[in-house]
This record gives sequence, structure tokens and C-alpha cells, in this order.
Amino acid sequence: MAKVKVENLVKIFGRREEQALKLVREGKSKEEILKQTGATVGVNRANFSVEEGEIFVIMGLSGSGKSTLVRMLNRLIEPTEGNIYIDGENISTMNEQELREVRRKKISMVFQNFGLFPHRTILKNTEYGLEVQGIDKETRQKKAEKALENAGLLPYKDQYPNQLSGGMQQRVGLARALANDPEILLMDEAFSALDPLIRRDMQDELIEMQKNMNKTIIFITHDLNESLRLGDRIAIMKDGEVVQIGTGEEILTNPANEYVQRFVEDVDRAKVLTAENIMERPTFLTLGQAGPRVALQRMQQEGLSNMLVVDKDRTLRGYVTDEEVAAAVKQGNTDLTSILHTDIPQVPRKALVNELFDLIHNIQTPVAVVEDGKLQGIVVRSFVIAALAKESEESNTNG
Amino acid sequence: MDNSILNNIPELPVADWVETGVDWLTDNLAFLFDALKDGGDTLMDGMVDLLSFIPPVLFILLVAAAAFFATGKKFGLAAFSIVGLLYIYNQGLWEQLLETLTLVIIASLISIIIGIPVGIWMAKSQWANAIIQPILDFMQTMPAFVYLIPAVAFFGIGMVPGVFSSVIFALPPTVRFTNLGIRQVSEEMVEAAESFGSTGSQKLFKVELPLAKPTIMAGINQTILLALSMVVIASMIGAPGLGEDVLTALQRAQVGSGFVAGLGLVVLAIILDRLMQNFNK
Repeated sequence: MAKVKVENLVKIFGRREEQALKLVREGKSKEEILKQTGATVGVNRANFSVEEGEIFVIMGLSGSGKSTLVRMLNRLIEPTEGNIYIDGENISTMNEQELREVRRKKISMVFQNFGLFPHRTILKNTEYGLEVQGIDKETRQKKAEKALENAGLLPYKDQYPNQLSGGMQQRVGLARALANDPEILLMDEAFSALDPLIRRDMQDELIEMQKNMNKTIIFITHDLNESLRLGDRIAIMKDGEVVQIGTGEEILTNPANEYVQRFVEDVDRAKVLTAENIMERPTFLTLGQAGPRVALQRMQQEGLSNMLVVDKDRTLRGYVTDEEVAAAVKQGNTDLTSILHTDIPQVPRKALVNELFDLIHNIQTPVAVVEDGKLQGIVVRSFVIAALAKESEESNTNG
Repeated sequence: MDNSILNNIPELPVADWVETGVDWLTDNLAFLFDALKDGGDTLMDGMVDLLSFIPPVLFILLVAAAAFFATGKKFGLAAFSIVGLLYIYNQGLWEQLLETLTLVIIASLISIIIGIPVGIWMAKSQWANAIIQPILDFMQTMPAFVYLIPAVAFFGIGMVPGVFSSVIFALPPTVRFTNLGIRQVSEEMVEAAESFGSTGSQKLFKVELPLAKPTIMAGINQTILLALSMVVIASMIGAPGLGEDVLTALQRAQVGSGFVAGLGLVVLAIILDRLMQNFNK
């Protein structure tokens, strides 16, 4: 039996609900209904089911109704029509009391902007779901600490959310959602607010975690790469309708309609992969803090023949090479500025990978990914080649 | 021509209506008003006596200590409190200060006790919001002196009618700011609370009120200052305190003693305001 089953789910926003609903049943599109009644169709007769232990990704652009859809699963938004079954129980007809029990025991949610309570410590945030169930203080503290420990966040338990970085805050969000051991996790654009490097780490962690936990996860995203990475199956939404459901492979191979086709075309990896997708955390020297001696030691430690140099505010200044740094140390020079090379190749975060390939072809230094003059990451030649190789491999299997 | 049409409409006896209404209330609810007046007088006299029982030196030191710790162990407000309160004592206004303080505290407490629940109700119900909003506008824009008249009709003269009119005048900020504070709690916070299965009151007490607290405290601060300004006006109906001295000076055109008592009020206002703002942090 499906863990979650959604039948003909409809959400209409605005007045003249009845009239709009009638048009929905007649199969009219969102646009027509808006024109005729002034009501907005948030979700238009969605049908799907999610199996236990599955990561089910719902993908669509903003305004496609994916966030509305996921909020109807725990009735943060009341459905206008249709049924939601969890383990065969109809959520949509439950009274407040029964619904509260489901929210407390079965479904947890992770929010785009983390949804952490700023007036509560990390531990108190993690306890929240247990606290509202009336679980005694000792037990809930123990459970919350366990959840934080699994996320590697126990040392931060007495801090407040604003003292943590975005990535860590979302780990707390996830730990909080897992603390009351739900069967289903709803993740609403959970990683969208994080920067790309952290985002990929979090995706990996989620996959890793899922191997041990076997939760049923419904994950909302607007990012195709994220969908392909995470989703056992993917549902694509447009204008409130679910236009296709399938595995990543199925969707790439047989796009159901033109809309999906357009998404899929974007998947051409070299076209869609940008510098930020393949960049790595940079190692760099900070001007004014590091002189030639520090530079030499760091380069030997990391096994690098050259290293980027930035200002205190991370503005990229150039790079230094190991030979020249060694020479400077010998001469007793204490400043890196004199041996700084400024001819460093730079690209913006959104630079396409096949452009990088041309750039990286015959240079020795890594390429710096720079946004507003500030160093964001580095791209080295092997990553570009690996990314392109993966693309040709995929296009072979797809073609 | 046009005016003749307007002039032919008989004048509406609005004043008569209001008077009839107030008379009716005075006649029929006299037992209630009398009970409130007796109870209120006893309470406030007791409070003034209690405050007078504290030796002024100790009182000043206590206020200074509160100021010192509330401002994060800085000396500024503490020093100001000592100088300001010594000035009031020196001018022979100590008794009046305690009376004014009692009036302000009682009026503010009543405003808070009524105001916060009403504000919560407004935040939760569009109906309540739509009905109460214009009442608050009315309470704030009607000249404060007008409240003195029914206050006298109901309670005679003295402290209780002073508190009554002060509460009417000082209540709106607490209500408005509570309403605003709760409405400002972000959608995601509310969703997070609900998604974990909070009941309505869990959501209110664990999430909404704590997040709205700074805003509510700003409203309470406003309420206290409005209550302070109103107890001065209430001296016209026999509310004792610093305002009485200002009023006497006004009637006798004594600019000097008017200034002396007025400055005492300023000192009290600054101490109350800064203390509240710092407790709020």
C-alpha cells in the first residue's frame, strides 16, 4: 500500500470558489479559470502516490503550485477538494484533534528559510515537536540531544539560531523534524536558501541519512539538478497540474509534453552546469596576514604549486607560485605584494562549463570563481573534464 | 436656498442622548460604581501608604539600583534617578510623587490586563479587529478632558475617576501594539508551530507572544507615558499628585511653582520610560 496517496487534490484561492471548482472539474486550465472567475487555481486535480522509503521530488517553477501542494499534505493549507491518504487514513476529513496527532507523530516539515524559532536555543528548537506533545522534560531533552548529536550539532545546543550559519541552521531544522521520529518528511525547498557548496553537501548528507533511516520524503524544489540527484521519482508541476511523474531517467528519456521537454533540454550538462555547480572550496592566502614564509608552508602542506591571494574582505588580488615564494623567503622579503601575479583567470558563478573548458585548456593556475570581486570558489581542470565526461556518457545512454 | 434645506433639518439632540445614557448608567449601576470606587480607593490609599512607609533615602537607592542593573550596569540613568528624585524631595513634592506614581502604576496595570487579551483577540479575529479598531480611534482622538465628565458622574472626584479616565486614554497603544506584534509574526514561524501539531494556545504562548514581545513592550511603554500625562489632566477632577500642584499653579498664575512641579513630572516620566525600555531588551 502506498504510504501517501493523493487523489484529485484541488486548491482554489480567491472568491467564487464554487464556480471555479466547477470549471476545474470540466478540465479548464488555470488561465481560463482566472479569466472567467477571477479565482486562482493553486493546485489542479493532482494525483500521485508515494511509496514507503521513497524520496519523491515535486519539481516546478515558482507559481507552479508545488508549495501549496505540499502544505495540503499536512493541511497547513486546507484543500478545496480531493483526498489525501496516509497509511490509508484520510487526512482531508480528519477533525482538528486527529490532524494534530498526525502532525505530531507522523509528518514533520522542513522549511525553506529554516523556520527556527529565534527566541529558543538550538536544543529548545529541536525539542519543540516533543514539547507540544506533552512529553516530560527529561525524555524530550534526551531525544532532542540524540537528534542533534546525529547531525553533529550537539556542541551548539545552547546557542541561538542567529549564531549559526545557514547550513547549520538547516541541519537544526532537519534534526528538529527528525526528533519526534516521523514517518514522513516534507521538505519545502529545504536547501534552496543555501549557497551552492553547502547545498551539495546537504544533498549528500540527506542521501546518506536516508540509507539508514528509510523515511518517506517528499521534497519540493525548483532545481532540476537537485531533483535528479535526490529523487527516486520526480513529479513535474506546471500551473497547478502534475504534468509528469517518473524516475529521472524516464523523464529525461520520454518527456511527457513540451514543458517537460524544455526542462530536459536544459539538462544537457555542459549547458546547464555552471561554475558554481563544480567549484570547490578555495584555499587562499590573505594579504596582510600571510607573508612568504606562511605561504610557503601552506603550499607545502597542501601540495600546491600556486595559491590564490585575497584581501581581508575576500577580494581576489592574484596568485603566487611556490618558486617565487621560496625565493622571497631566501631574500628575507616579508610582503607577498611584490611577487603577486594578477593575470588570474576569473569567471562568474553562472559561467557555463563548456566556456570554462576553453579557458582552462592551456593554463596552469586554477580558475577563480568571483562574484562582485569576491572569491567564491575555484575550478580546477580535472573537475571540468569530469563534468563534461559525465555529460557525454549520459547523452550516450539517453540517445 | 441650499442652506435653507440644511437649516430645516432639526438639530439632533446628541448631547441629550449621551446625557440620558450616562444618567441611566449612573442611576442603574450605582452599586457597581460605588463598589469600584470604595475598592479602588482602599487599594490606592493602601499603596500610597505602603510607598510612604519606605524611607525616601531607601526608595531613591532602590530606584537607582534598579536603573543601574536594568541599563546593564551603567551609571547614567542611576545617577539621573538619584539627582532627579532628590530634587523632588527637596522641593517638598515627595508625597505628591508617590500619589502620581500609584495612579500611573494602577492605570497602566489595568490597561495592560485589559489591553493584551483584547489585542490578541483582534489579531485572531477579523471581526474583532474590524469592530475594535474604530473604538480605539475614538478613544484616542476624543479630547482627554471629555472623559473627565462621565468619570465624575460615575465615581465622584478623587483617585478612582482619575484612574478610570487614564485607562481610557492610555489603553489603545497596548491593544494596538499587541495586535500588530502578533500579526507581524512571520508566516513561516506560524507554519512551523502548526506543522508540529501545536494547539492554538501552544502556538500563542510558545511562539507568537514571545516573538511579539518587543512590540508589545513598546506599546506598554507608550501606555505608561500616556497614563502619566493623563493623571495630570485628571487632577482637574481631584486626582491627587504632582498634577494637582501644576493645576494650582495654573489657577494662581504662579509660573515658578508650576515649573517646579512640572519638572518633577518630567523626572518621573524619564525614569519610567528608560527603565521600561531597558527591561524590554
